[in-house]
Amino acid sequence: MLNYLEKHLPKIVIAPTTLAMIVCMYGFILWTGLLSFTKSRMMPQWEYVGIDQYIRLFENPRWHVALDNLVVFIVLFIAISLAIGLLLAIFLDQRIRNEGVIRTIYLYPMAISFIVTGTAWKWILNPGLGIEKMFRDMGFLEFEFRWLVEQDMAIYTIVIAAVWQSSGFVMAMFLAGLRGVDDNLVKAAKIDGASTFRSYWHVILPIMRPVFFSAIVILTHIAIKSFDLVQALTGGGPGYASDLPANFMYTFAFNRAQMGLGAASAMIMLFGVLAVLIPYLYSELRERET
Amino acid sequence: MIADKFSNINFGRVLIYSILIFFALIYLAPLYVMFSTSLKDIEEIRSGNLLALPTDPTLYAWTKAWSSACTGSECKGLAPFFWNSVRIVFPAVIISTIIGAFNGYVLSKWKFKGSELLFGALLFGCFIPFQVILLPMAILLSKLGLSNTVSGLVLVHVIYGVAFTTLFFRNYYVGISTELVRAARLDGAGFFDIFRHIFLPISTPIFVVTIIWQFTQIWNDFLFGVVYSGAGTQPITVALNNLVNTSVGGKEYNVDMAAAIIAALPTLIVYVFAGKYFVRGLTAGAVKG
Repeated sequence: MLNYLEKHLPKIVIAPTTLAMIVCMYGFILWTGLLSFTKSRMMPQWEYVGIDQYIRLFENPRWHVALDNLVVFIVLFIAISLAIGLLLAIFLDQRIRNEGVIRTIYLYPMAISFIVTGTAWKWILNPGLGIEKMFRDMGFLEFEFRWLVEQDMAIYTIVIAAVWQSSGFVMAMFLAGLRGVDDNLVKAAKIDGASTFRSYWHVILPIMRPVFFSAIVILTHIAIKSFDLVQALTGGGPGYASDLPANFMYTFAFNRAQMGLGAASAMIMLFGVLAVLIPYLYSELRERET
Repeated sequence: MIADKFSNINFGRVLIYSILIFFALIYLAPLYVMFSTSLKDIEEIRSGNLLALPTDPTLYAWTKAWSSACTGSECKGLAPFFWNSVRIVFPAVIISTIIGAFNGYVLSKWKFKGSELLFGALLFGCFIPFQVILLPMAILLSKLGLSNTVSGLVLVHVIYGVAFTTLFFRNYYVGISTELVRAARLDGAGFFDIFRHIFLPISTPIFVVTIIWQFTQIWNDFLFGVVYSGAGTQPITVALNNLVNTSVGGKEYNVDMAAAIIAALPTLIVYVFAGKYFVRGLTAGAVKG
Protein backbone atom coordinates (compact mmCIF):
# COMPACT_ATOMS: atom_id res chain seq x y z
CA MET A 1 0.00 0.00 0.00
CA LEU A 2 2.71 2.41 1.05
CA ASN A 3 4.70 1.40 -1.99
CA TYR A 4 1.77 2.08 -4.23
CA LEU A 5 1.38 5.49 -2.65
CA GLU A 6 5.05 6.27 -3.08
CA LYS A 7 4.94 5.24 -6.72
CA HIS A 8 1.98 7.42 -7.53
CA LEU A 9 2.96 10.37 -5.35
CA PRO A 10 3.73 12.69 -8.29
CA LYS A 11 0.28 12.06 -9.75
CA ILE A 12 -1.35 12.53 -6.36
CA VAL A 13 0.47 15.84 -5.84
CA ILE A 14 -0.70 17.20 -9.16
CA ALA A 15 -4.21 15.76 -8.91
CA PRO A 16 -5.87 18.79 -7.26
CA THR A 17 -4.56 21.06 -10.00
CA THR A 18 -5.67 18.62 -12.66
CA LEU A 19 -9.12 18.45 -11.15
CA ALA A 20 -9.38 22.25 -10.82
CA MET A 21 -8.21 22.61 -14.40
CA ILE A 22 -10.71 20.13 -15.80
CA VAL A 23 -13.61 21.64 -13.87
CA CYS A 24 -12.80 25.34 -13.70
CA MET A 25 -11.20 25.77 -17.11
CA TYR A 26 -12.42 23.24 -19.62
CA GLY A 27 -15.65 22.39 -17.81
CA PHE A 28 -16.51 26.05 -17.38
CA ILE A 29 -15.71 26.83 -21.00
CA LEU A 30 -18.02 24.01 -22.05
CA TRP A 31 -20.66 25.28 -19.62
CA THR A 32 -20.43 28.80 -21.02
CA GLY A 33 -20.58 27.37 -24.53
CA LEU A 34 -23.76 25.43 -23.72
CA LEU A 35 -25.25 28.43 -21.97
CA SER A 36 -24.76 30.49 -25.11
CA PHE A 37 -27.24 28.20 -26.88
CA THR A 38 -29.94 28.76 -24.26
CA LYS A 39 -32.37 31.57 -23.56
CA SER A 40 -30.93 32.21 -20.08
CA ARG A 41 -31.43 35.69 -18.70
CA MET A 42 -31.29 36.24 -14.93
CA MET A 43 -30.55 32.61 -14.12
CA PRO A 44 -29.33 29.72 -16.26
CA GLN A 45 -32.26 28.15 -18.04
CA TRP A 46 -31.53 25.02 -19.97
CA GLU A 47 -33.93 25.57 -22.78
CA TYR A 48 -31.99 25.41 -26.02
CA VAL A 49 -32.66 27.96 -28.70
CA GLY A 50 -29.92 27.11 -31.20
CA ILE A 51 -27.80 30.00 -32.33
CA ASP A 52 -30.41 32.62 -31.47
CA GLN A 53 -28.13 34.35 -28.98
CA TYR A 54 -25.39 34.66 -31.58
CA ILE A 55 -27.87 36.12 -34.05
CA ARG A 56 -29.06 38.58 -31.42
CA LEU A 57 -25.43 39.38 -30.63
CA PHE A 58 -24.54 40.23 -34.18
CA GLU A 59 -27.74 42.20 -34.62
CA ASN A 60 -26.84 44.33 -31.62
CA PRO A 61 -25.31 47.66 -32.72
CA ARG A 62 -23.47 47.90 -29.41
CA TRP A 63 -21.61 44.67 -30.13
CA HIS A 64 -20.53 46.01 -33.51
CA VAL A 65 -19.22 49.18 -31.88
CA ALA A 66 -17.28 47.01 -29.43
CA LEU A 67 -15.82 44.87 -32.24
CA ASP A 68 -14.89 47.89 -34.35
CA ASN A 69 -13.27 49.47 -31.31
CA LEU A 70 -11.33 46.29 -30.67
CA VAL A 71 -9.94 46.35 -34.21
CA VAL A 72 -8.94 50.02 -33.95
CA PHE A 73 -7.51 49.42 -30.50
CA ILE A 74 -5.56 46.27 -31.38
CA VAL A 75 -4.05 47.69 -34.56
CA LEU A 76 -2.99 51.03 -33.08
CA PHE A 77 -2.02 49.70 -29.66
CA ILE A 78 0.21 47.00 -31.16
CA ALA A 79 1.71 49.11 -33.93
CA ILE A 80 2.58 52.04 -31.66
CA SER A 81 3.80 49.87 -28.78
CA LEU A 82 6.05 47.88 -31.14
CA ALA A 83 7.43 51.04 -32.76
CA ILE A 84 8.16 52.79 -29.47
CA GLY A 85 9.40 49.63 -27.79
CA LEU A 86 11.78 48.80 -30.63
CA LEU A 87 13.07 52.35 -30.95
CA LEU A 88 13.79 52.64 -27.24
CA ALA A 89 15.38 49.18 -27.11
CA ILE A 90 17.74 49.95 -29.99
CA PHE A 91 18.72 53.30 -28.47
CA LEU A 92 19.16 51.79 -25.02
CA ASP A 93 21.42 49.15 -26.54
CA GLN A 94 24.03 51.79 -27.52
CA ARG A 95 26.03 51.57 -24.28
CA ILE A 96 23.98 54.22 -22.55
CA ARG A 97 25.08 55.64 -19.24
CA ASN A 98 22.55 55.02 -16.45
CA GLU A 99 20.80 52.46 -18.61
CA GLY A 100 19.39 50.78 -15.51
CA VAL A 101 17.70 53.95 -14.28
CA ILE A 102 16.19 54.73 -17.67
CA ARG A 103 14.97 51.17 -18.08
CA THR A 104 13.35 51.29 -14.67
CA ILE A 105 11.51 54.47 -15.62
CA TYR A 106 10.24 52.98 -18.89
CA LEU A 107 8.93 49.88 -17.23
CA TYR A 108 7.32 51.10 -14.03
CA PRO A 109 3.84 51.65 -15.55
CA MET A 110 3.67 47.89 -16.06
CA ALA A 111 3.69 47.44 -12.27
CA ILE A 112 0.54 49.47 -11.66
CA SER A 113 -3.01 48.44 -12.39
CA PHE A 114 -5.04 49.52 -15.39
CA ILE A 115 -7.50 51.09 -12.95
CA VAL A 116 -4.81 53.44 -11.63
CA THR A 117 -3.60 54.16 -15.17
CA GLY A 118 -7.16 54.90 -16.25
CA THR A 119 -7.77 57.19 -13.27
CA ALA A 120 -4.56 59.12 -13.93
CA TRP A 121 -5.19 59.58 -17.64
CA LYS A 122 -8.81 60.49 -17.04
CA TRP A 123 -7.52 63.45 -15.09
CA ILE A 124 -4.74 64.33 -17.54
CA LEU A 125 -7.15 64.23 -20.49
CA ASN A 126 -9.89 66.06 -18.58
CA PRO A 127 -11.51 68.36 -21.15
CA GLY A 128 -11.76 71.38 -18.87
CA LEU A 129 -8.75 71.16 -16.60
CA GLY A 130 -6.27 68.78 -18.16
CA ILE A 131 -3.95 69.06 -21.16
CA GLU A 132 -6.35 71.45 -22.87
CA LYS A 133 -6.06 74.00 -20.07
CA MET A 134 -2.30 73.52 -19.93
CA PHE A 135 -1.90 74.52 -23.57
CA ARG A 136 -4.35 77.41 -23.22
CA ASP A 137 -2.39 78.70 -20.26
CA MET A 138 0.69 78.52 -22.43
CA GLY A 139 -0.98 80.94 -24.85
CA PHE A 140 -2.65 78.62 -27.36
CA LEU A 141 -6.07 80.03 -26.63
CA GLU A 142 -7.87 78.06 -29.34
CA PHE A 143 -6.31 74.76 -28.36
CA GLU A 144 -8.86 71.97 -28.09
CA PHE A 145 -8.36 68.47 -26.80
CA ARG A 146 -11.50 66.76 -25.63
CA TRP A 147 -11.19 63.23 -27.02
CA LEU A 148 -12.39 61.83 -23.72
CA VAL A 149 -15.92 63.12 -24.32
CA GLU A 150 -16.06 62.81 -28.11
CA GLN A 151 -17.93 59.84 -29.57
CA ASP A 152 -15.47 59.22 -32.38
CA MET A 153 -12.30 59.90 -30.42
CA ALA A 154 -12.82 58.29 -27.00
CA ILE A 155 -11.34 54.95 -28.12
CA TYR A 156 -8.07 56.72 -28.95
CA THR A 157 -7.67 57.84 -25.35
CA ILE A 158 -7.71 54.13 -24.45
CA VAL A 159 -4.95 53.59 -26.99
CA ILE A 160 -2.85 56.40 -25.48
CA ALA A 161 -3.13 55.10 -21.94
CA ALA A 162 -2.56 51.47 -22.96
CA VAL A 163 0.54 52.36 -24.99
CA TRP A 164 1.87 54.38 -22.06
CA GLN A 165 1.44 51.38 -19.81
CA SER A 166 2.69 48.58 -22.06
CA SER A 167 5.33 50.00 -24.43
CA GLY A 168 8.03 49.78 -21.75
CA PHE A 169 7.33 46.09 -21.51
CA VAL A 170 7.78 45.70 -25.27
CA MET A 171 11.04 47.62 -24.90
CA ALA A 172 12.21 45.11 -22.29
CA MET A 173 11.39 42.19 -24.57
CA PHE A 174 13.24 43.71 -27.51
CA LEU A 175 16.20 44.67 -25.35
CA ALA A 176 16.46 41.10 -24.07
CA GLY A 177 16.29 39.96 -27.71
CA LEU A 178 18.99 42.41 -28.83
CA ARG A 179 21.28 41.30 -26.02
CA GLY A 180 20.90 37.76 -27.30
CA VAL A 181 22.09 38.66 -30.81
CA ASP A 182 25.64 37.56 -31.48
CA ASP A 183 27.92 40.62 -31.41
CA ASN A 184 30.06 39.17 -34.17
CA LEU A 185 27.18 39.36 -36.59
CA VAL A 186 26.88 43.07 -36.01
CA LYS A 187 30.63 43.51 -36.33
CA ALA A 188 30.68 41.53 -39.54
CA ALA A 189 27.94 43.71 -40.97
CA LYS A 190 29.86 46.83 -39.94
CA ILE A 191 33.04 45.55 -41.59
CA ASP A 192 31.06 44.95 -44.76
CA GLY A 193 30.43 48.66 -44.62
CA ALA A 194 26.81 48.63 -43.53
CA SER A 195 25.67 51.69 -41.62
CA THR A 196 24.25 51.23 -38.12
CA PHE A 197 20.77 51.70 -39.50
CA ARG A 198 21.28 49.17 -42.29
CA SER A 199 22.86 46.59 -40.02
CA TYR A 200 19.82 46.79 -37.76
CA TRP A 201 17.41 46.64 -40.65
CA HIS A 202 19.00 43.80 -42.60
CA VAL A 203 20.88 41.80 -40.01
CA ILE A 204 19.49 42.21 -36.53
CA LEU A 205 15.75 42.67 -36.98
CA PRO A 206 15.29 39.49 -39.06
CA ILE A 207 16.97 37.50 -36.27
CA MET A 208 14.52 39.04 -33.82
CA ARG A 209 11.47 37.75 -35.66
CA PRO A 210 10.47 35.45 -32.79
CA VAL A 211 10.53 38.41 -30.39
CA PHE A 212 8.21 40.36 -32.68
CA PHE A 213 5.99 37.37 -32.81
CA SER A 214 5.70 36.85 -29.07
CA ALA A 215 5.30 40.59 -28.48
CA ILE A 216 2.38 40.68 -30.91
CA VAL A 217 0.74 37.65 -29.31
CA ILE A 218 1.08 39.10 -25.81
CA LEU A 219 -0.18 42.53 -26.84
CA THR A 220 -3.15 41.02 -28.70
CA HIS A 221 -3.92 39.03 -25.62
CA ILE A 222 -3.77 42.15 -23.41
CA ALA A 223 -5.98 43.97 -25.89
CA ILE A 224 -8.68 41.29 -26.08
CA LYS A 225 -8.81 41.06 -22.31
CA SER A 226 -8.58 44.77 -21.53
CA PHE A 227 -11.58 45.66 -19.53
CA ASP A 228 -10.24 47.51 -16.53
CA LEU A 229 -8.74 50.34 -18.54
CA VAL A 230 -11.97 51.10 -20.39
CA GLN A 231 -13.93 50.83 -17.16
CA ALA A 232 -11.67 53.33 -15.39
CA LEU A 233 -10.88 55.75 -18.21
CA THR A 234 -14.13 56.21 -20.12
CA GLY A 235 -16.57 53.81 -18.48
CA GLY A 236 -17.23 52.72 -22.06
CA GLY A 237 -18.60 56.17 -22.84
CA PRO A 238 -19.65 58.57 -24.07
CA GLY A 239 -22.72 56.34 -24.30
CA TYR A 240 -21.14 53.07 -25.34
CA ALA A 241 -18.79 54.61 -27.90
CA SER A 242 -15.59 53.21 -26.35
CA ASP A 243 -16.85 49.78 -25.27
CA LEU A 244 -14.65 46.78 -25.95
CA PRO A 245 -16.02 43.20 -26.15
CA ALA A 246 -14.94 42.51 -22.56
CA ASN A 247 -17.01 45.46 -21.36
CA PHE A 248 -19.94 44.37 -23.48
CA MET A 249 -19.79 40.93 -21.93
CA TYR A 250 -19.66 42.31 -18.40
CA THR A 251 -22.52 44.74 -18.96
CA PHE A 252 -24.86 42.22 -20.51
CA ALA A 253 -24.03 39.22 -18.34
CA PHE A 254 -23.96 40.98 -14.98
CA ASN A 255 -25.77 44.31 -15.19
CA ARG A 256 -28.51 43.58 -17.67
CA ALA A 257 -29.29 39.98 -16.75
CA GLN A 258 -28.70 38.70 -20.28
CA MET A 259 -26.69 35.60 -19.43
CA GLY A 260 -27.16 33.83 -22.75
CA LEU A 261 -26.08 36.86 -24.72
CA GLY A 262 -23.14 37.48 -22.39
CA ALA A 263 -22.06 33.84 -22.77
CA ALA A 264 -22.25 34.12 -26.55
CA SER A 265 -20.05 37.21 -26.52
CA ALA A 266 -17.55 35.48 -24.22
CA MET A 267 -17.34 32.53 -26.63
CA ILE A 268 -16.62 34.89 -29.53
CA MET A 269 -13.82 36.41 -27.43
CA LEU A 270 -12.40 32.95 -26.79
CA PHE A 271 -12.42 32.18 -30.50
CA GLY A 272 -10.68 35.48 -31.13
CA VAL A 273 -7.88 34.53 -28.76
CA LEU A 274 -7.63 31.05 -30.29
CA ALA A 275 -7.43 32.52 -33.79
CA VAL A 276 -4.25 34.35 -32.75
CA LEU A 277 -2.87 31.68 -30.48
CA ILE A 278 -3.15 28.55 -32.61
CA PRO A 279 -1.09 29.80 -35.58
CA TYR A 280 1.47 31.08 -33.07
CA LEU A 281 1.78 27.78 -31.22
CA TYR A 282 1.81 25.92 -34.52
CA SER A 283 4.73 27.94 -35.86
CA GLU A 284 6.55 27.65 -32.52
CA LEU A 285 6.24 23.88 -32.61
CA ARG A 286 7.32 23.66 -36.23
CA GLU A 287 10.34 25.80 -35.50
CA ARG A 288 11.34 23.52 -32.66
CA GLU A 289 11.11 20.46 -34.90
CA THR A 290 13.30 21.86 -37.65
CA MET B 1 38.39 66.19 -40.89
CA ILE B 2 38.94 64.57 -37.54
CA ALA B 3 37.04 67.37 -35.88
CA ASP B 4 34.26 66.86 -38.35
CA LYS B 5 33.90 63.20 -37.53
CA PHE B 6 34.05 63.95 -33.82
CA SER B 7 31.17 66.40 -33.94
CA ASN B 8 29.24 63.91 -36.04
CA ILE B 9 29.51 61.20 -33.41
CA ASN B 10 28.60 63.66 -30.75
CA PHE B 11 25.53 64.76 -32.59
CA GLY B 12 24.35 61.17 -32.88
CA ARG B 13 24.94 60.54 -29.18
CA VAL B 14 23.17 63.76 -28.22
CA LEU B 15 20.20 62.79 -30.35
CA ILE B 16 20.00 59.34 -28.78
CA TYR B 17 20.23 60.71 -25.26
CA SER B 18 17.66 63.43 -25.99
CA ILE B 19 15.15 60.92 -27.30
CA LEU B 20 15.74 58.56 -24.38
CA ILE B 21 15.34 61.38 -21.87
CA PHE B 22 12.29 62.75 -23.67
CA PHE B 23 10.57 59.38 -23.37
CA ALA B 24 11.65 59.05 -19.75
CA LEU B 25 9.87 62.35 -19.05
CA ILE B 26 6.75 61.15 -20.89
CA TYR B 27 6.65 57.98 -18.81
CA LEU B 28 7.19 59.93 -15.60
CA ALA B 29 4.72 62.72 -16.39
CA PRO B 30 1.53 60.96 -15.26
CA LEU B 31 3.12 59.98 -11.96
CA TYR B 32 4.30 63.54 -11.44
CA VAL B 33 0.88 64.94 -12.35
CA MET B 34 -0.83 62.53 -9.95
CA PHE B 35 1.51 63.41 -7.15
CA SER B 36 1.44 67.17 -7.57
CA THR B 37 -2.35 67.19 -8.05
CA SER B 38 -2.79 65.17 -4.86
CA LEU B 39 -0.98 67.89 -2.89
CA LYS B 40 -3.02 70.81 -4.22
CA ASP B 41 -6.32 72.10 -2.89
CA ILE B 42 -9.30 72.21 -5.21
CA GLU B 43 -9.04 75.98 -5.66
CA GLU B 44 -5.51 75.68 -6.97
CA ILE B 45 -6.48 72.81 -9.28
CA ARG B 46 -9.14 74.97 -10.90
CA SER B 47 -6.95 78.02 -11.31
CA GLY B 48 -3.54 76.50 -11.98
CA ASN B 49 -2.51 73.91 -14.54
CA LEU B 50 -1.55 70.28 -14.77
CA LEU B 51 2.22 70.64 -14.65
CA ALA B 52 2.45 73.43 -12.06
CA LEU B 53 4.00 72.52 -8.72
CA PRO B 54 1.68 72.92 -5.74
CA THR B 55 2.24 76.38 -4.26
CA ASP B 56 0.88 75.49 -0.85
CA PRO B 57 1.13 71.68 -0.49
CA THR B 58 -1.51 70.09 1.72
CA LEU B 59 -2.16 66.52 2.83
CA TYR B 60 -5.91 67.12 2.91
CA ALA B 61 -6.53 64.93 -0.15
CA TRP B 62 -4.42 62.09 1.23
CA THR B 63 -6.19 61.93 4.58
CA LYS B 64 -9.55 62.17 2.89
CA ALA B 65 -8.72 59.47 0.32
CA TRP B 66 -7.48 57.16 3.05
CA SER B 67 -10.17 57.61 5.66
CA SER B 68 -13.28 59.52 4.62
CA ALA B 69 -13.81 59.68 0.85
CA CYS B 70 -17.01 58.12 -0.47
CA THR B 71 -16.78 54.90 -2.46
CA GLY B 72 -20.43 54.56 -3.34
CA SER B 73 -22.86 54.79 -0.48
CA GLU B 74 -20.17 54.42 2.19
CA CYS B 75 -17.71 57.14 3.12
CA LYS B 76 -14.88 55.43 4.93
CA GLY B 77 -12.10 56.15 2.46
CA LEU B 78 -9.90 53.50 0.90
CA ALA B 79 -8.49 52.11 4.15
CA PRO B 80 -10.92 49.20 4.63
CA PHE B 81 -10.51 48.16 0.99
CA PHE B 82 -6.75 48.39 1.21
CA TRP B 83 -6.91 45.82 4.01
CA ASN B 84 -9.36 43.72 1.99
CA SER B 85 -6.77 43.55 -0.76
CA VAL B 86 -4.09 42.60 1.75
CA ARG B 87 -6.32 39.83 3.08
CA ILE B 88 -6.93 38.55 -0.45
CA VAL B 89 -3.39 38.89 -1.75
CA PHE B 90 -1.38 37.19 0.98
CA PRO B 91 -3.12 33.81 1.13
CA ALA B 92 -3.68 33.73 -2.64
CA VAL B 93 -0.02 34.41 -3.40
CA ILE B 94 1.32 31.94 -0.85
CA ILE B 95 -1.03 29.09 -1.77
CA SER B 96 -0.69 29.50 -5.54
CA THR B 97 3.10 29.72 -5.29
CA ILE B 98 3.42 26.57 -3.20
CA ILE B 99 1.11 24.62 -5.49
CA GLY B 100 3.02 25.93 -8.50
CA ALA B 101 6.34 24.81 -7.01
CA PHE B 102 5.16 21.23 -6.53
CA ASN B 103 3.43 21.13 -9.92
CA GLY B 104 6.55 22.44 -11.63
CA TYR B 105 8.65 19.86 -9.79
CA VAL B 106 6.38 17.02 -10.92
CA LEU B 107 6.04 18.25 -14.50
CA SER B 108 9.78 18.63 -14.97
CA LYS B 109 11.32 15.80 -12.95
CA TRP B 110 8.62 13.21 -12.30
CA LYS B 111 7.10 13.00 -15.73
CA PHE B 112 4.51 10.31 -16.25
CA LYS B 113 2.47 9.22 -19.22
CA GLY B 114 0.37 12.18 -20.21
CA SER B 115 2.20 14.75 -18.09
CA GLU B 116 3.31 16.73 -21.15
CA LEU B 117 -0.27 16.85 -22.34
CA LEU B 118 -1.34 17.96 -18.87
CA PHE B 119 1.21 20.76 -18.93
CA GLY B 120 0.05 21.90 -22.35
CA ALA B 121 -3.57 21.85 -21.24
CA LEU B 122 -2.69 23.85 -18.13
CA LEU B 123 -0.67 26.37 -20.12
CA PHE B 124 -3.79 27.17 -22.07
CA GLY B 125 -5.09 28.66 -18.81
CA CYS B 126 -2.59 31.50 -19.19
CA PHE B 127 -4.31 32.55 -22.39
CA ILE B 128 -8.06 32.18 -21.98
CA PRO B 129 -10.05 35.38 -21.73
CA PHE B 130 -11.50 35.10 -18.24
CA GLN B 131 -14.90 36.30 -19.50
CA VAL B 132 -15.45 32.73 -20.62
CA ILE B 133 -15.37 31.38 -17.04
CA LEU B 134 -16.97 34.31 -15.18
CA LEU B 135 -20.56 33.07 -15.17
CA PRO B 136 -20.05 29.42 -14.13
CA MET B 137 -17.52 30.51 -11.48
CA ALA B 138 -20.11 32.87 -10.00
CA ILE B 139 -22.52 29.96 -9.71
CA LEU B 140 -19.90 27.64 -8.21
CA LEU B 141 -18.99 30.28 -5.62
CA SER B 142 -22.61 30.73 -4.61
CA LYS B 143 -23.05 26.94 -4.36
CA LEU B 144 -20.03 26.85 -2.05
CA GLY B 145 -21.45 29.73 -0.04
CA LEU B 146 -18.46 31.88 -0.97
CA SER B 147 -20.18 34.62 -2.94
CA ASN B 148 -19.01 38.09 -1.94
CA THR B 149 -16.38 36.76 0.43
CA VAL B 150 -12.65 37.25 0.73
CA SER B 151 -12.17 33.47 0.77
CA GLY B 152 -14.06 33.20 -2.50
CA LEU B 153 -11.73 35.70 -4.16
CA VAL B 154 -8.70 33.89 -2.74
CA LEU B 155 -9.99 30.66 -4.24
CA VAL B 156 -10.55 32.22 -7.67
CA HIS B 157 -7.10 33.81 -7.70
CA VAL B 158 -5.47 30.54 -6.68
CA ILE B 159 -7.27 28.52 -9.35
CA TYR B 160 -6.45 30.86 -12.21
CA GLY B 161 -3.00 31.78 -10.91
CA VAL B 162 -1.73 28.21 -10.72
CA ALA B 163 -1.28 28.02 -14.51
CA PHE B 164 1.31 30.81 -14.26
CA THR B 165 3.07 29.65 -11.12
CA THR B 166 3.35 26.12 -12.53
CA LEU B 167 4.80 27.47 -15.75
CA PHE B 168 7.41 29.51 -13.88
CA PHE B 169 8.58 26.64 -11.69
CA ARG B 170 8.43 24.04 -14.42
CA ASN B 171 10.62 26.13 -16.74
CA TYR B 172 13.08 26.77 -13.93
CA TYR B 173 13.33 23.15 -12.81
CA VAL B 174 13.66 21.82 -16.36
CA GLY B 175 17.15 23.30 -16.35
CA ILE B 176 18.24 21.22 -13.37
CA SER B 177 20.07 17.98 -14.15
CA THR B 178 17.81 14.93 -14.14
CA GLU B 179 20.89 12.81 -13.36
CA LEU B 180 20.96 14.38 -9.93
CA VAL B 181 17.40 13.26 -9.28
CA ARG B 182 18.12 9.77 -10.59
CA ALA B 183 21.18 9.42 -8.35
CA ALA B 184 19.22 10.56 -5.31
CA ARG B 185 16.49 8.04 -6.07
CA LEU B 186 19.02 5.24 -6.28
CA ASP B 187 20.20 6.30 -2.85
CA GLY B 188 16.68 5.75 -1.65
CA ALA B 189 15.57 9.37 -1.41
CA GLY B 190 11.85 9.87 -1.90
CA PHE B 191 9.77 12.45 -3.70
CA PHE B 192 9.67 14.98 -0.88
CA ASP B 193 13.27 14.36 0.28
CA ILE B 194 14.59 15.24 -3.14
CA PHE B 195 12.42 18.33 -3.30
CA ARG B 196 13.53 19.50 0.12
CA HIS B 197 17.23 18.76 -0.15
CA ILE B 198 17.99 19.36 -3.81
CA PHE B 199 15.33 21.66 -5.25
CA LEU B 200 14.28 23.89 -2.40
CA PRO B 201 17.78 25.22 -1.61
CA ILE B 202 18.27 26.48 -5.18
CA SER B 203 14.75 27.80 -5.66
CA THR B 204 15.01 31.23 -4.02
CA PRO B 205 15.19 33.22 -7.28
CA ILE B 206 12.19 31.51 -8.83
CA PHE B 207 10.20 31.89 -5.62
CA VAL B 208 10.95 35.61 -5.65
CA VAL B 209 9.97 35.95 -9.31
CA THR B 210 6.75 34.02 -8.81
CA ILE B 211 5.74 35.77 -5.61
CA ILE B 212 6.30 39.20 -7.15
CA TRP B 213 4.42 38.23 -10.28
CA GLN B 214 1.45 36.86 -8.36
CA PHE B 215 1.46 39.78 -5.94
CA THR B 216 1.31 42.28 -8.79
CA GLN B 217 -1.34 40.36 -10.71
CA ILE B 218 -3.64 39.85 -7.75
CA TRP B 219 -3.20 43.28 -6.20
CA ASN B 220 -3.97 44.87 -9.57
CA ASP B 221 -6.89 42.61 -10.43
CA PHE B 222 -10.16 44.34 -11.15
CA LEU B 223 -12.24 41.84 -13.13
CA PHE B 224 -12.55 39.13 -10.46
CA GLY B 225 -12.82 41.81 -7.79
CA VAL B 226 -15.72 43.59 -9.39
CA VAL B 227 -17.61 40.40 -10.26
CA TYR B 228 -17.10 38.31 -7.12
CA SER B 229 -16.96 40.81 -4.24
CA GLY B 230 -19.72 42.41 -2.23
CA ALA B 231 -20.05 45.73 -0.44
CA GLY B 232 -17.72 44.88 2.43
CA THR B 233 -15.19 42.72 0.62
CA GLN B 234 -14.21 44.78 -2.40
CA PRO B 235 -10.51 44.97 -3.22
CA ILE B 236 -8.84 48.34 -3.56
CA THR B 237 -9.02 48.53 -7.36
CA VAL B 238 -12.80 48.25 -7.26
CA ALA B 239 -13.01 50.80 -4.43
CA LEU B 240 -10.77 53.22 -6.33
CA ASN B 241 -12.99 52.96 -9.38
CA ASN B 242 -16.07 53.57 -7.21
CA LEU B 243 -14.41 56.50 -5.47
CA VAL B 244 -13.57 58.17 -8.77
CA ASN B 245 -17.11 57.64 -10.07
CA THR B 246 -18.83 58.84 -6.91
CA SER B 247 -19.22 62.57 -6.84
CA VAL B 248 -20.92 63.78 -3.73
CA GLY B 249 -20.74 67.55 -3.68
CA GLY B 250 -18.37 68.26 -6.55
CA LYS B 251 -15.46 66.45 -8.07
CA GLU B 252 -12.28 66.40 -6.02
CA TYR B 253 -9.50 65.54 -8.42
CA ASN B 254 -6.88 65.84 -5.70
CA VAL B 255 -8.63 63.10 -3.70
CA ASP B 256 -8.89 60.92 -6.82
CA MET B 257 -5.17 61.26 -7.42
CA ALA B 258 -4.20 60.56 -3.82
CA ALA B 259 -6.44 57.49 -3.90
CA ALA B 260 -4.88 56.29 -7.16
CA ILE B 261 -1.38 56.59 -5.69
CA ILE B 262 -2.44 54.74 -2.55
CA ALA B 263 -3.79 51.91 -4.73
CA ALA B 264 -0.60 51.82 -6.79
CA LEU B 265 1.87 52.17 -3.94
CA PRO B 266 2.35 48.54 -2.85
CA THR B 267 3.19 47.25 -6.32
CA LEU B 268 5.29 50.33 -7.09
CA ILE B 269 7.34 49.79 -3.94
CA VAL B 270 7.86 46.14 -4.83
CA TYR B 271 8.89 47.20 -8.32
CA VAL B 272 11.41 49.75 -7.10
CA PHE B 273 13.05 47.34 -4.68
CA ALA B 274 12.82 44.13 -6.69
CA GLY B 275 12.47 45.42 -10.24
CA LYS B 276 15.05 42.98 -11.53
CA TYR B 277 12.88 40.03 -10.55
CA PHE B 278 9.75 41.71 -11.79
CA VAL B 279 11.25 42.08 -15.26
CA ARG B 280 12.44 38.50 -15.18
CA GLY B 281 8.92 37.33 -14.42
CA LEU B 282 7.54 39.42 -17.25
CA THR B 283 9.96 38.25 -19.88
CA ALA B 284 10.63 34.69 -18.76
CA GLY B 285 7.01 33.72 -18.42
CA ALA B 286 6.18 36.17 -21.17
CA VAL B 287 2.85 34.67 -21.91
CA LYS B 288 0.61 37.16 -20.23
CA GLY B 289 0.37 40.90 -19.91
